[in-house]
Amino acid sequence: MNEYFTLITGRTSGQGKGLHEGKDSDAYLRATSLVQMNSEDMARLNIEEGQAVRVHTETGQVEVPVRAGTLPSGMLFMPMGPTANLLIGTNTESTGMPPFKGLTAEVEPV
Amino acid sequence: MSTDLDVSEKDVFENVVCSFCGCLCDDIVVEVQDGAIAKVRKACPNGRGLFTHYDPTPQRPTVDGRPVDWDEAIAEAARILNEADSPIIYGLSSTATEAQRKTVELADRLGAMIDTTSSVCHGPTGLAMQTVGEPTCTLGEVRSRADLLVFWGCNPAVSHVRHFARYSVMPKGTLTPNGRKDRTLVVVDVRPTASTKTADVFLQVQPGADFDVLTALRALVQGKEIDVAGRMPAVQEAGSTPSAQGAGGMPAAEEAGRMPAVQGGTVGGVPIAQLRELAEQMKTCRFGVAFMGMGLTQTRARDLNVSELFTLVAELNQHTRFSVIPMRGHGNVAGADQVLTWQSGYPFAVSFARGYPRYGPGEFSTVDVLARGEADAALIIASDPVAHFPHAAAQQLERIPTIVLDPVPTLTGQVARVVLPTACYGVDAAGTFYRMDGVPIRLRPVLPLTRPTDVDVLSQIIEAVR
Repeated sequence: MNEYFTLITGRTSGQGKGLHEGKDSDAYLRATSLVQMNSEDMARLNIEEGQAVRVHTETGQVEVPVRAGTLPSGMLFMPMGPTANLLIGTNTESTGMPPFKGLTAEVEPV
Repeated sequence: MSTDLDVSEKDVFENVVCSFCGCLCDDIVVEVQDGAIAKVRKACPNGRGLFTHYDPTPQRPTVDGRPVDWDEAIAEAARILNEADSPIIYGLSSTATEAQRKTVELADRLGAMIDTTSSVCHGPTGLAMQTVGEPTCTLGEVRSRADLLVFWGCNPAVSHVRHFARYSVMPKGTLTPNGRKDRTLVVVDVRPTASTKTADVFLQVQPGADFDVLTALRALVQGKEIDVAGRMPAVQEAGSTPSAQGAGGMPAAEEAGRMPAVQGGTVGGVPIAQLRELAEQMKTCRFGVAFMGMGLTQTRARDLNVSELFTLVAELNQHTRFSVIPMRGHGNVAGADQVLTWQSGYPFAVSFARGYPRYGPGEFSTVDVLARGEADAALIIASDPVAHFPHAAAQQLERIPTIVLDPVPTLTGQVARVVLPTACYGVDAAGTFYRMDGVPIRLRPVLPLTRPTDVDVLSQIIEAVR
């Protein structure tokens, strides 16, 4: 049985700092290419801090390292940026706004 | 004499406006030594980077990555726009209102679509305002009078770092002489954040349940009780396989792992008793202010979430004084809404294709237009959609000829046909920006102007496309 998570994306301090370094800088890439996860969910799925996982949604998939975050169980968080945007579709439901938060996602260790 | 010499080489600018985010903090101190920014004081890390990472040295524009002179670059930009059947103009959130006005003129002349970063930010807030109005106030009123602050779906500690300190939570005002002690801070979010840590009350809602929680609050404010019994949808355990399937075999987002909104004495994961207490606080405060962010606009129900919050705030004015202010992200994204509205009648997603402005979120908004392949050229001003759009929409900017005006290198610039490196408003150019509460603020430069401004370049493009 697949386990589904709710993925949200948003700003982080690292993303804000990295964008001044330049969006092609290592600092920006590192700051925006990760997924935060609830530590109990990580333990249950045998995923360790820093381990690479594949996150996929109906739109796409990315491989990123995991960071334990202060999130409720069942939630994933990714900093906004080009990596997270590989997972986000373009259906704006006639508002102009893509679904940047509340996506259904699956996680598997690489 | 040597002291005099030192002073003449070092200029200290006080009360400089930081144009990074919608706070437009106007108390920044910038020290300029030998024509370069040497020190920035009082700014947050986001704002400091704006001053310290900008290289004001004149840069040559590029066409297909090749440095060219300005005339050639303007001619190529004009050629692309003239030859396009359906050009789109996007961005505008980090440029001055003077440049925004020029951009609307260009869109009108070209019969282009014009859209701002609002469409992926507070566009849904604009839709909500058009539906239910906007009970608003200024940040000065917040600082002087507000004793209840509700931050809903936003994380100012990261995105608007000095908001708490300068405008809302901490400052001492006329009716808030004790600053923080005179205020109650409520933060509503789906997860604990740096902002929720400092809150007196943290309401943790389930993802996607904001509308439910807001509706419950409206009912409680109106003195109605929430009928939990008889409204119990089939309980679904978090993490189980849901029955509803979305496209591509994935469950629809609203079904996956989502608990029923009302169950077991909670609404959207928040105990009804806690909501009842908040409703009472809201009704009995002296002056309450709600601030809202992407947690409402980027979640399912988007504009409906915002409408519900704005309606709640409007209804609270039957009991006390209450306002709401959107936490606008980029420095002049509020100005982009203002200018586009006063020039065309609509705040974003406007098409001039028929010779008069038409409004169409979902139709003329940039993500939709790019995803459907409906634009055959793009002019991007002071924003970076390749970094911030869903991948499929961002990719389209590589396929069509794209022109970029920006003071700094961007990912969009890397895929653009023409890149026009302009001056940075508030650093080496003067201009007007609108703060998040709709107050226009004049930006003074701290460095001499050596690059063309967005206004200069847009004026030349307008002349060239005539």
